[in-house]
Amino acid sequence: MPDVTDILATMDYGPAPEASGEVQKWLRARGRFGHFIDGAFTRPGQVFEVRNPATGAPLAHVAQGSAEDVAAAVGAARGALPGWSRLTGHQRARWLYALARTIQKRERFLAVLETMDNGKPIRETRDIDVPLVARHFYHHAGWAEILADEFPGMGPVGVCGQIIPWNFPLLMLAWKVAPALAAGNTVVLKPAEYTPLTALAFAEICAEIGLPKGVVNIVTGDGATGAALVGAPVDKIAFTGSTEVGREIRRLTAGTGKKLTLELGGKSPFIVFADADIDGAVEGVVDAIWFNQGQVCCAGSRILVQETAAADFARRLTARMAKLRVGDPLDKSTDMGALVDPVQLARVAGLVRQGVEQGAVLHQADCPLPAAGSFFAPGFLTGVAPANILSEVEIFGPVATLTTFRTPDEAVELANNTRYGLAASVWSENINLALDVASQVKAGVVWVNATNIFDAAAGFGGYRESGFGREGGREGMLAYLADAPVRAKAEPAPLPPDAAPNPEAPGRITGIDRTAKLFVGGAQKRPDSGYSYAVTHRGRTLGLAGLGNRKDIRNAVEAAHAAKGWGKATGHNRAQILFYLAENLDRRAEEFTRRLASAGIPQAEAEVETAIRRAFWYAAQADKFDGAVHSTKSAHVTLAMPEPFGVMGIACPTGAPLLGFLSLVLPAIALGNRVVAIPSQNMPLAATDLYQVFETSDLPAGVVNIVTGARDDLARTLAGHDDVAAVWYCGPPEGARMVETESAGNLKSTWCPANRDWTGPGGQGREFLTRASQIKNIWVPYGE
Amino acid sequence: MSDHPPRPLPNRPRNAGVPLQRDWFEQIAVNTQAAERRAATLTTRRTVKKEWQAAWLVNAIRCIDLTTLSGDDTPDRVARLCAKARRPLDDHLMEGLGLGALTTGAVCVYPLLVPAAVKALAGSGIPVASVATGFPAGLAPLALRLAEIRYAVEEGADEIDIVIHRAQVLNGDWQALYDEVAAMREACGAAHMKAILATGELRTLRNVYKASMVAMQAGADFIKTSTGKEGVNATLPVSLVMVRALRDYGARTGQKIGFKPAGGMKTAKDAIAWQILMKEELGNDWLRPDLFRLGASSMLADIERQLEHHLTGRYAAFSRHALA
Repeated sequence: MPDVTDILATMDYGPAPEASGEVQKWLRARGRFGHFIDGAFTRPGQVFEVRNPATGAPLAHVAQGSAEDVAAAVGAARGALPGWSRLTGHQRARWLYALARTIQKRERFLAVLETMDNGKPIRETRDIDVPLVARHFYHHAGWAEILADEFPGMGPVGVCGQIIPWNFPLLMLAWKVAPALAAGNTVVLKPAEYTPLTALAFAEICAEIGLPKGVVNIVTGDGATGAALVGAPVDKIAFTGSTEVGREIRRLTAGTGKKLTLELGGKSPFIVFADADIDGAVEGVVDAIWFNQGQVCCAGSRILVQETAAADFARRLTARMAKLRVGDPLDKSTDMGALVDPVQLARVAGLVRQGVEQGAVLHQADCPLPAAGSFFAPGFLTGVAPANILSEVEIFGPVATLTTFRTPDEAVELANNTRYGLAASVWSENINLALDVASQVKAGVVWVNATNIFDAAAGFGGYRESGFGREGGREGMLAYLADAPVRAKAEPAPLPPDAAPNPEAPGRITGIDRTAKLFVGGAQKRPDSGYSYAVTHRGRTLGLAGLGNRKDIRNAVEAAHAAKGWGKATGHNRAQILFYLAENLDRRAEEFTRRLASAGIPQAEAEVETAIRRAFWYAAQADKFDGAVHSTKSAHVTLAMPEPFGVMGIACPTGAPLLGFLSLVLPAIALGNRVVAIPSQNMPLAATDLYQVFETSDLPAGVVNIVTGARDDLARTLAGHDDVAAVWYCGPPEGARMVETESAGNLKSTWCPANRDWTGPGGQGREFLTRASQIKNIWVPYGE
Repeated sequence: MSDHPPRPLPNRPRNAGVPLQRDWFEQIAVNTQAAERRAATLTTRRTVKKEWQAAWLVNAIRCIDLTTLSGDDTPDRVARLCAKARRPLDDHLMEGLGLGALTTGAVCVYPLLVPAAVKALAGSGIPVASVATGFPAGLAPLALRLAEIRYAVEEGADEIDIVIHRAQVLNGDWQALYDEVAAMREACGAAHMKAILATGELRTLRNVYKASMVAMQAGADFIKTSTGKEGVNATLPVSLVMVRALRDYGARTGQKIGFKPAGGMKTAKDAIAWQILMKEELGNDWLRPDLFRLGASSMLADIERQLEHHLTGRYAAFSRHALA
């Protein structure tokens, strides 16, 4: 060891190891871990080895969960559900409080264990992960307490299967388990294969506090175990992980009725304007891509810098990077530890190599790396063309791309040039500019002059292929609550469209022949197919409707995209139009009633009357369904803003041809979405009669587009369209399965509401609005 | 009159200054929250333990401007302080740490006490620093402030800690600030000049950056946070902004400017925290007394206690170490 005078010459930091004796002792005492099922650990059967990625040393052996293990765990959770969900909110709050407290009392143990299992530096587990874990349990103890007051009429979803990744093992557990338990669900959680140990320690804490058996079950294992859980009879799957696996889970759960939330990958932009605090932004990069070795789904991995500041930024970034210390994660002066596994190290190194071969220039810190372990020096890449693999693929390592932009518009365009939409970071001292960009970026979380700030009271989750559903805050609770069930009502069977002339079903022409075309971009369009089909009732033809096809859907989606202004219009503006729509519908109420009656619709008058009221109701909501300012950290305004999806597809039920259509379309457009709607296949004329109402109500062209025809064929095209952000489908289960399966392509948000009595109370409500929007959380720290 | 000429500090040319360059600072953006986040994690990202901690504490002693700036200061009081500056650690600590020689960076006093300090430090090589220019408020007429500098230099001060006229910063009167600081620098002659910005009264971090830059352009050899008399004295976020300004000035001119936090730092932990700041944001050169000083009076006593604990494993009592 050097003496004091030697050190005075070098002024090195020296080693500062965190003691790991308690954890080592625990690992030695356990050795082999079984699953935690029904309040007890099982005897481990087949096991796999868990290693410390910083050293390669084995830490423990952990059971490989089989389908039987999963079934046992799901059975235990099912058994515990009635008791747990019947507890009062206060009783559950006590349990969550006990978990929060006990985690705090075990904070250093958990931090050290997490660092050994995952490879991330002790600074992060000690100062970020574990405190946030405790914070989540506290926060959700609070939600449990006030659940009945804050979410009246809602109840737990049931048994939740939860699959979490290896980058924040214990924190992701907390994000999943705390809201689930608060809402009265029971859980089966599968931690990642690389990092199961803190979940097992958490299981011991559950046992330690005497949490009722079966409420929390933990099954360890690999992807096969996860697949077994996805396929098990659970009521919900919550998954955090890669987009590819998320897509697979979407397909596997399609049509099962399992509620699904996905928190997936990202390629988040980190936008630096020339008027930003450049040193602050450089430090932001440290917290973005060199945090947790860059293994962060919301990492600011695409640095976009305004051209005029780019050279200075790169110079400062290079200097800052040189100060990073990479090495023993248990050393208190380590900035970056080990990647989670040699497999990941090889993947990151391979991707970077590929990107460099394609022309990127790697700038990497010249720092010493430990001889053993999965270490990768921090870096960034310049000269990365949009077509370079590194521009598209999530690297999931400590390497960001750095490219330039010229104007705010271009920054937004580049930021949104990705299939993902998890997070974004915007750096500018001009609050007008920063908030303008924040509002335009397609991301579930936007940090202004900051990055990677988390709190249990804020929602976290993605847009686009970064998934759907939120974790944290009020919006996160909704992911674990079910609305009061509506009474489902079978819809009339869809009548196959017949496009041939049909002399057997003569119509009755009174006055002049009427032509119902498609309604696309505010204009009536002939169907691309050139076919029309007869809308009949009791052997009489009521009229002909266009037989829409794929191309009509394509055109309608394009028209909907062109109507951008609708999403930016004020709520008042949209309210005015919806009120006016009600007014104009009312003027023609008799005509619509007659039209419905001619099609044999029972209670035609009530349907029209309800439709008018419904337009009023959503007009009223258009400027009232607003967001929140979450109570997170001091001197931070955290805005939770419901934003429209953009372009939505809506497939309507066959019955209630007017009201069913409007009950789904009105909430969507009230919040600023533009829709492509497929009206009742059996009676589309009720919807096509609305064209004139829309026009006289000043509804802008392209906001509502209507394609008539065979619902499921058209819905398939909509669900498979990558430029449609959400799709609602009201129809039979096979159709729902098809829509959910097809939606996996771009992981669009889906909702398959049951057909119902649309004139009843279940025909409208906040749920429709919640389903028509996604929450963006914008973090705005302040202070001078 | 003193019998020795001011001693230049080792290894460093003086800051030559540059003409006032407003474009170096007028558009500066400093985000307060970002600065505070960085400051808050400096000491959670780095730590020193065992021998390293001891060495870093010893280094802090080398960099301390051991200070007394009280209305009741007397020559004897200053002599006692100087004795401590000559021999900051007890012999058993020096031996235990394997140290041959150790003094503080300087002794800092009011101008009237410079003669007492010069006398008490004769032959020690320890520079005498004097505050001047109507310390702490700096609101005396300029001619008197300059005369005060000249007085202190003539009495033998090696370093002059001037205070800036805060109103010039608050009003954005950069030319006036530049001219005054440049005049002070001229009055200092061979004595090194530290410019005290009194950051607690400048309020915003942008003001701190701008005042730092103007002071350096006008020829300050050191920039210093505080007099110790403001409501808020040295803080890590303010220091961060100042060292970043200093780094930017260095990048533009190639000149190395020193940094001195002062006031409010009382513990050994503070001594480590500010050294981490210097090493991380600037580098090892700024861990030596020619570019880094800690303006403190009670910090040394706490460092001494920590070193005692390091050597003996026993927690120490203040009463067992010599008073400063």
